[in-house]
Amino acid sequence: MSELALLLIRLAFLAVLWFFVIAAVGVIRTDLFGPRTAPSANPRKLPTKPAKNIPAKPKRGEPRQMVVTGGPLQGTIINLTEQPITIGRATDSTLVLSDDYASSRHAQLFPQDGQWIVEDLGSTNGTYLDRSKVTRPTPVPLGTPVRIGKTVIELRK
Amino acid sequence: MLALAIVVVMAAYASVGLGIDGQIPSGTFTYGLGLAALMFAAYGVLAKWAPWADPLLLPLVTLVNGLGLVFIYRIEQTGQAGASASQQILWTALGVVMFSATLIVLKDHRTLQRFTYTMGFIGLALLVMPLLPVIGDSVNGASIWIRIGPFTYQPAEMAKLALVIFFAGYLVAKRDVLALAGRRLFFIDLPRVRDLGPVIITWGLSLGVLVLQKDLGSSLLVFGTFIAMLYIATQRTSWVLIGVLLFVGGAMLAGQVFGHVQDRFEVWLDPGNPAFYERELGGSAQLMQGLFAMGSGGILGTGLGQGFPREIPLSFSDFIIAVVGEELGLTGLMALLMVYALIVQRGLRTALAARDPFSKLLAGGLSFLLAWQVFIIVGGVTRLIPLTGLVTPFMSAGGSALLTNWILIALLVRMSDAARRPPPQAIQNEGLTQVFTR
Repeated sequence: MSELALLLIRLAFLAVLWFFVIAAVGVIRTDLFGPRTAPSANPRKLPTKPAKNIPAKPKRGEPRQMVVTGGPLQGTIINLTEQPITIGRATDSTLVLSDDYASSRHAQLFPQDGQWIVEDLGSTNGTYLDRSKVTRPTPVPLGTPVRIGKTVIELRK
Repeated sequence: MLALAIVVVMAAYASVGLGIDGQIPSGTFTYGLGLAALMFAAYGVLAKWAPWADPLLLPLVTLVNGLGLVFIYRIEQTGQAGASASQQILWTALGVVMFSATLIVLKDHRTLQRFTYTMGFIGLALLVMPLLPVIGDSVNGASIWIRIGPFTYQPAEMAKLALVIFFAGYLVAKRDVLALAGRRLFFIDLPRVRDLGPVIITWGLSLGVLVLQKDLGSSLLVFGTFIAMLYIATQRTSWVLIGVLLFVGGAMLAGQVFGHVQDRFEVWLDPGNPAFYERELGGSAQLMQGLFAMGSGGILGTGLGQGFPREIPLSFSDFIIAVVGEELGLTGLMALLMVYALIVQRGLRTALAARDPFSKLLAGGLSFLLAWQVFIIVGGVTRLIPLTGLVTPFMSAGGSALLTNWILIALLVRMSDAARRPPPQAIQNEGLTQVFTR
C-alpha cells in the first residue's frame, strides 16, 4: 500500500467522520426548527402568501398557541381553539397547576372578536398581566407574560 | 443515521487493517455485520418500547462505541497486554442487552422516584463494596474493583448512576427549601446551615472514597455532578461557589496529606522533570507519552494503524483519547468530542422538554455526568487538569463502565420518549375538559 493511498484513505476517513457529525447536526436542526419545507421555517415570506392555503387556521396576527414560559410546567404548549382555557389547581381545568400560590379556579382565557381576554376568577393571589394586576377582563397582546402563582404563560403565533 | 454510524465504524476498521498490513482485515464484514445486527436489535427495541424517543442518541452512541472497539482492536494488534477487542465486543453486546432490558422493564422513569432513598443506599453500598475484605481487589494502588471468581467489576460505575437518581429524587423534594431559605451576604444568597447538610455529607463522602480507595476520578465525578444538579434545581450561584470552595479546600488538604494525590499534582505541574518521569508508579511517563503521541498526530493525524500506541502505558483504557489524537489528529479528536457534545446536547434537550421536575433533574444530571466525565479524562490526558483515572465513556476498554453508560443512555432515551410523546388530543367538546398527564 503506497504512502499516497494511505494518505487519501486517512483524509477520506476524517471526511466521513465529519460528515456524520454534520448529518447529526442537521437532524438536530430539523428537530429544532422543523423541516425546511414547512412554512414556519421562513417567517418573513409568510405575509405575502395568500391565506387560502390554510383556511382552518385563525387569521394572521392572532395567537395560535399558549406557551408556558415559566414555572414547573415550563415548555407546555396548548393549541388555541375557539374554546376558553381555564387555569387553576382544579383537576378539570385545561391547564392544571400544582402550585401552592394558585387557586383551584384561578383564571380563564377566552377569545372575543379575534382577541384573547384574560379574566381573573376571584383568585387569592391574583393574576398579573405583565406586572399589572388583572382586575377586569383584559385583552392579552401577543408575547406578553401572564403570571399565575409561579407559572408564566404567553400567547404566541 | 444508525447505518451511517456503522459504515463509519467499518471504514475505520478497514483502514486500520490497511494501515497495519496493507490489506482489509478479514473480519471487517463479520465484525461490522455483528455490530450492525446488535445495534439494529437495539433500534428494534427502541422503536417498539419507546417510539417517541430521541432519534439521535442511539446512532451517536453506536459511533463512539464502535470507534472504541476499532481503537482497542488496533491497540491489541500492537501486542499491548490487556487490550482485547473480542472481550470489549462481548461487553458491548451485554451493554446493548442491558439497554434493551432497561427500556423494556422501565415503562415509566418516574417509578424511580419512589426508590429515591433505596437508590441512595445502593449507591453508597456499591461505593464501599471494594473495601470489603473478601471480594475487594486492588489494582495499581487503587482498590476500586470487586472480584467474584474470575470476574472483576467496578461497582463505583453503577454507584454513580444510583447516586444521580438519588440526588434527583432528593432535590425534587428539597429544592424549594434550598433555594428560598437563607440570608443574603455579599451579593450571594447563603443557604441555611442545616440545608447545607447534604452538600457536606457528599463532600465528606467523596473525600472518604478518595482517601480510602485512592480513586480521585470517581470522587471528583460524584461531587461535581451533585453540585451541578444542585445548581439546576435551585438556580443559585451560591451553591456552585460553595461547591468549588469545598472542592478546592478538599483537594488542597488531600494534596498535603496523602502521598498519591501529591504525586498527581507534581506530575501535572512538572511532567518533564526526570525525577517524576522515571518514577515507577504514578510517574509522568504515561502523561508525557500521551502528549508526544498527540503532538506527532498533529492536525490530520498519522492515519489509523500507523501510530505508536504501544508507547503509551494503558493506552486502551485511560489514554485511548491520546491514541485517537495521534492516529486521527486534531481533526478526528474534535469530531469525536463533537459527537460527545451532541450526545450531551440531546440529553439536556430532553431535560428542557421534560414535563416533570424529577425527569428534568435526572436528565440534566445524567447528561452532566457524561459531559463531566469526558471533561475530566480528556482534560487529564491533555494536561489541562491533574490526571485522574477515569474511563472515556463508551470508548475505553472496561466492561463495568460500558454497561453503566448503556443503562444511562437507556434512561435518557426513556425520558426523551416521555418528553416528546405528543400530548393527548384536545377534546373539542363543550362540557368535557382535558386532563393533562404529567
